Amino acid sequence: MIKTLRARWRQKQRTIAFPQGEPVLPELFRGRPEIDGSRCAKGCDACAQSCPTGAIQTGESGAQIDLGRCLFCLDCESACAPGAIHFTREYRLATAKREDLTVGGDIKSLGRAFNRRVQNLFGRSLKLRQVSAGGCNACEADVNVLNTIVFDLGRFGIQFVASPRHADGLLITGPVTQNMREALENTYLAVPAPRLVIAVGGCAIAGGPFADNPEVTNGAPATVPVNLFIPGCPPHPITILDGLLRLVGQIEENGDDWKKI
Amino acid sequence: MSSVTSTCVLRNSQAAAIASAPVLGESEFRAFVTEGAREGGRLVAFFGYPQSEGGIRLLAAIARGGESSLEVATTRVDRVYPSLTTDCVQAHGFEREIAEQWGVEPQGHPWLKPVRFHESYRPGQDVFKRQQPPQAGLADFYRIEGEEVHEVAVGPVHAGIIEPGHFRFQCHGEEVLHLEISLGYQHRGVERALVGGPNARSLHLMETLAGDTTIGHTTAYCQAVESLTGVRVPARAQAIRAIALELERLANHTGDLGALAGDAGYLPTMSYCGRIRGDFLNITALLCGNRFGRNLICPGGVARELDKNRLAQLETRLAQASQDVASAVNLLWESSSVRARFENTGTLSKETCLQLGLVGPVARACGVERDARREFPFGLYRFFQIPVSTFHHGNVFGRAFVRWLEIQRSINFIQQQLKALPGGAIRAEMKPMAPGQFCLSLVEGWRGEICHVGLTGDQGQWMLYKVKDPSFHNWMGLAVALRGQQISDFPLCNKSFNLSYCGHDL
Repeated sequence: MIKTLRARWRQKQRTIAFPQGEPVLPELFRGRPEIDGSRCAKGCDACAQSCPTGAIQTGESGAQIDLGRCLFCLDCESACAPGAIHFTREYRLATAKREDLTVGGDIKSLGRAFNRRVQNLFGRSLKLRQVSAGGCNACEADVNVLNTIVFDLGRFGIQFVASPRHADGLLITGPVTQNMREALENTYLAVPAPRLVIAVGGCAIAGGPFADNPEVTNGAPATVPVNLFIPGCPPHPITILDGLLRLVGQIEENGDDWKKI
Repeated sequence: MSSVTSTCVLRNSQAAAIASAPVLGESEFRAFVTEGAREGGRLVAFFGYPQSEGGIRLLAAIARGGESSLEVATTRVDRVYPSLTTDCVQAHGFEREIAEQWGVEPQGHPWLKPVRFHESYRPGQDVFKRQQPPQAGLADFYRIEGEEVHEVAVGPVHAGIIEPGHFRFQCHGEEVLHLEISLGYQHRGVERALVGGPNARSLHLMETLAGDTTIGHTTAYCQAVESLTGVRVPARAQAIRAIALELERLANHTGDLGALAGDAGYLPTMSYCGRIRGDFLNITALLCGNRFGRNLICPGGVARELDKNRLAQLETRLAQASQDVASAVNLLWESSSVRARFENTGTLSKETCLQLGLVGPVARACGVERDARREFPFGLYRFFQIPVSTFHHGNVFGRAFVRWLEIQRSINFIQQQLKALPGGAIRAEMKPMAPGQFCLSLVEGWRGEICHVGLTGDQGQWMLYKVKDPSFHNWMGLAVALRGQQISDFPLCNKSFNLSYCGHDL
């Protein structure tokens, strides 16, 4: 008993300060990319050529990256000789609109607050059923850590539950394999309406590195409409937590004060 | 030794011409596999690939740990051949995979079912004679009939945040008489997507074979590419790779011990280890920016330099995590209620372990000294050895304790390497791969031995790329360990194996 107590004392209180304080991110962390279209050489598409998932489009105004497809792998940053692409430390990436995930030369905010109705319904209590549908288990792992004492998800009234019948929504990971499609759709239908769907990771949004393989459906199918997109491969737990807290209105809109960290 | 004389003998990640692998007749090939797997060897790879003249070539590799050798032989088949599983249990999963992929039927196979539920790679040749596209889990399951015998079906969607899989228990009261595990829900066609590469996506497919084993699988892939191109990896890069591989082991073993504590209802260790696992992941992120080690390992070396500042941070943070994990894990062994729950649960005998060809901490917990870092040394492990940690009970306690031993040894190893990190470049320039070659690349990942086999075509492209996660062997170990146990022991047993669904399903 005394040893148990001594260990308890040794291990201390370890829950992070976020969202009140700034999150601690790795030195080499890569978040939202920034594109300086003025540096793009005319007709150059080296970034698009290097991209493993075809997430980059080049055009008159420079390159555009679809973060829904992006693996945050830096292959484009290394391929871009004039240095037009730079991945910043901006971790706030979640959005309710799929088209918001395409970033170009303009600086626009991801990480907006969401619809008031969702916040009224689920702001104080959100129960989610997680469905893993064909990914690599890294997104699952970084969703799971939200339940540890470091993030302590329960303090925000958000909880993962064992049955879709007890849930307010689904949190989907993986590119949705042919073999999981039916199980995912049935799980969705088993959640009582009104229900939410959260797609975590590039796979669940657009298929990730498995995109266009005949064995997958390139992310959540149209039958399971997504309300919140959290890009990344996998997204950092802070990015996922930030997205969930914005969804339920526990982090307020900061659309205008977007700043480069 | 084997009665077969004509084989091709290779070392770990040694390239050879595909033509140098002998083609044996049916009975000779059978003797090669069955005798090899019996006499101190082990079947590490067994797969098919199409031949230009039609039909399928089967390639088998027997690993002999004592000699660090990999013996390879092949045979030609078309639609049927007599199953080897009847004489060699280790061939069970491999033969099911060959049947599913290439429509070649191993006649007399005791339990011929799909492994991943995808269509045959040879259109129109389906061993299972399915009229419709395959549906995961749609197959006959082993059933036990009788009074008070009941069946419990779980999955594919589980109660926790876990990958999908289907489990069928045949129970009598609380006792599990038989467990059958049916996977394939995570099948996303990785091996097929690699054919014709390498391309911009290949390395990323390796990083996502099993997210928690990013370093292990990516290292195995890069070793294969490097040997097929003849590129030598700089010493500094080898050291960073080994440090990353041990960090991956530390994070996962710590997480597993926490999860085991949670399933035994012992919350202190569960909470602490849940956090300390994250500390190890964050140390990996210190190396490359990603908690799982994405974009660190690349063909030719590593993509990120470990500068002085980050090296110092790594040492400090590792020392802290090392103290924290010792304090958290030692509570387990001092708690009689935890020990009582772990002991005598999910026991596997050494004999069963050898017969099934199990690998990793699961095998080492049965007293089998099996560790690719020592048996088939690769990279830095050719110069610096880590003692193999074993236990002898083969139960949940053994599997937990082996993890704890490995945690301590991995920490010591990393600390030694950080003090003597070689200087120089971190990446060698890559060249195209040689045509018509193949190589087997083995890496001891945290779950056990990872085996990749790459075969190049006439343009030096991937003609075939085979991936074998340690889970491919060990899922059968879990099913067998549960026989005669209470069904309520399943979660604890399952965590003590902690196998990969995506690594198995590919």
